[in-house]
Amino acid sequence: MTLTTVIQFYVFVLAAFVGFQVISRVPPLLHTPLMSAANAITGISLVGSLVAAGSNHGALSNWLGLIAVVCATVNVVGGFLITDRMLKMFKRDRRKAP
Amino acid sequence: MSGGLPGRELAIQAIYLASAVFFIVGLRGLSGPERARTGMAQAAFGMLLAIVGTLLHQEIVRFEWIAAGLLIGSVIGVIIGRPLFISVPMTAMPQWVALSHAAGAVAATLVGVNEYLLLGAATPRGVMAALGFEVFLGALTVTGSVMAFGKLQEILPGRPVTWPLQNIGNLLMLAGALGLIVALVVNPGLSSGFWVMLAVAAALGVLMVLPIGGADMPVVISLLNAYAGLSASAMGFALNNNLLIIAGALDGASGFLLSVLMCKAMNRSFANVLFGAFGATVQSAAKGGDGGEMRAITPEDAAVRLAYAKAVIVVPGYGLAVAQAQHALRELTDMLEKRGVEVKYAIHPVAGRMPGHMNVLLAEANVPYDRLYDMEEINSEFDRTDVALVIGANDVVNPAARSDPASPIYGMPILDVDHARTVIVLKRGKGAGFAGIENALFVSPKTSMLFGDAKASLTRLVSELKTL
Repeated sequence: MTLTTVIQFYVFVLAAFVGFQVISRVPPLLHTPLMSAANAITGISLVGSLVAAGSNHGALSNWLGLIAVVCATVNVVGGFLITDRMLKMFKRDRRKAP
Repeated sequence: MSGGLPGRELAIQAIYLASAVFFIVGLRGLSGPERARTGMAQAAFGMLLAIVGTLLHQEIVRFEWIAAGLLIGSVIGVIIGRPLFISVPMTAMPQWVALSHAAGAVAATLVGVNEYLLLGAATPRGVMAALGFEVFLGALTVTGSVMAFGKLQEILPGRPVTWPLQNIGNLLMLAGALGLIVALVVNPGLSSGFWVMLAVAAALGVLMVLPIGGADMPVVISLLNAYAGLSASAMGFALNNNLLIIAGALDGASGFLLSVLMCKAMNRSFANVLFGAFGATVQSAAKGGDGGEMRAITPEDAAVRLAYAKAVIVVPGYGLAVAQAQHALRELTDMLEKRGVEVKYAIHPVAGRMPGHMNVLLAEANVPYDRLYDMEEINSEFDRTDVALVIGANDVVNPAARSDPASPIYGMPILDVDHARTVIVLKRGKGAGFAGIENALFVSPKTSMLFGDAKASLTRLVSELKTL
């Protein structure tokens, strides 16, 4: 195992820990938007897809990358738009001033 | 750090780091509805940074492919995401999320496949292990999510589908796929093994979701979210990209946490949801119902009882959403509030088809979120409540969960509706509920049943209230 791999594991474990901490503070009220947001962030596979689509490794690579970029972008754009649409609906009661 | 990184690489890493911070800060915004939209804007900005950073890579030279992909993807994304074009109804949110998981996982799988095609027998062992997991989890998520979509959209039967030796078969396939990953790490040139592993993972996704019933979908959707995240993380290990690792880990954490919460709310273990096929165990218990008579109430009487109550708690279940009665319900509660009745909504964590689903459905019907209460917040208040209005909910208000160790739902946390002074239950018909379990609440002397379609009944109550 190389040092790089070890550092990768550090990053993974710490990020997962931060994730648990942050997400355990999300109230049940917002669990559906949370899931939709997490789903949009899964579109991070766009990063890998872009490299595959844009590299000069032959047409097959470009085509696979292109499909991957399309799918991941749908995931990102659709995901964030729908999350926002949902969050826009959550309103406080205007009659009861805070 | 002798030598140091070239400037371009340094810039990319700095942008990635900023992107990761924006993701975390953005998710933190979801800790309250006031900051949530800002938070999501920050997360979206993080994603933009991730794209910009990636485009700086020296390896990327064919920008026409990228532009085409981004353009097509954005157009489809906007069509789905903007209500102007296709308005995805909030009841269909679980299906949408499932389908979207599938899209993200397709990307992860294809990137993994592409990487393996490029490296082949020369794949370093560590990279091979990461690619194996990326493709395994990715393919499993793709087919699993499509199956979940089919079940939720009712293209496929929502009831659990079971067959003999199901669990043993699935476990053997899982072991086989993991064995192939090990074999590939030992000998990366074993390309047939790679494709078989991909096929097994895809098949496993189908076979894992088939036996899971509609009511357990919240757990499955959360779990698929976690798998999609872990697949992205594995991609990060394979491509040596920390941003992928971080974002994937955040998603993985979110998915696992939500599935654990959902399991707790149903008092079931992970293993039980995945291997239990709920419907099968329940059927036998349903026969032993102890009977008792349900008392029907007329809409007139129900309206009077609600109008002259001091405090009312509404308990909405998925039946409310199925009947599309959220707006009628809001109209009713508005009228009650105008008469000075204090109205609160009690939301069980598994009300709906995904975590928090009921909250979104009510928010869509313009119910202010400060009227929505979690189970823990509201359970102590039923004692002081004149009328509990149960609409299309059954198992989550079944007192057998507290008192009857023989009941299949024994131990599941429930809303203590039976502590209210009186209960009115809106129910489609006299039959047992979704899970086929008798509910003692419905035959309790406190309880009056208002039979009929939820939307029709609520509309009727509204018109009765107007005459009072």
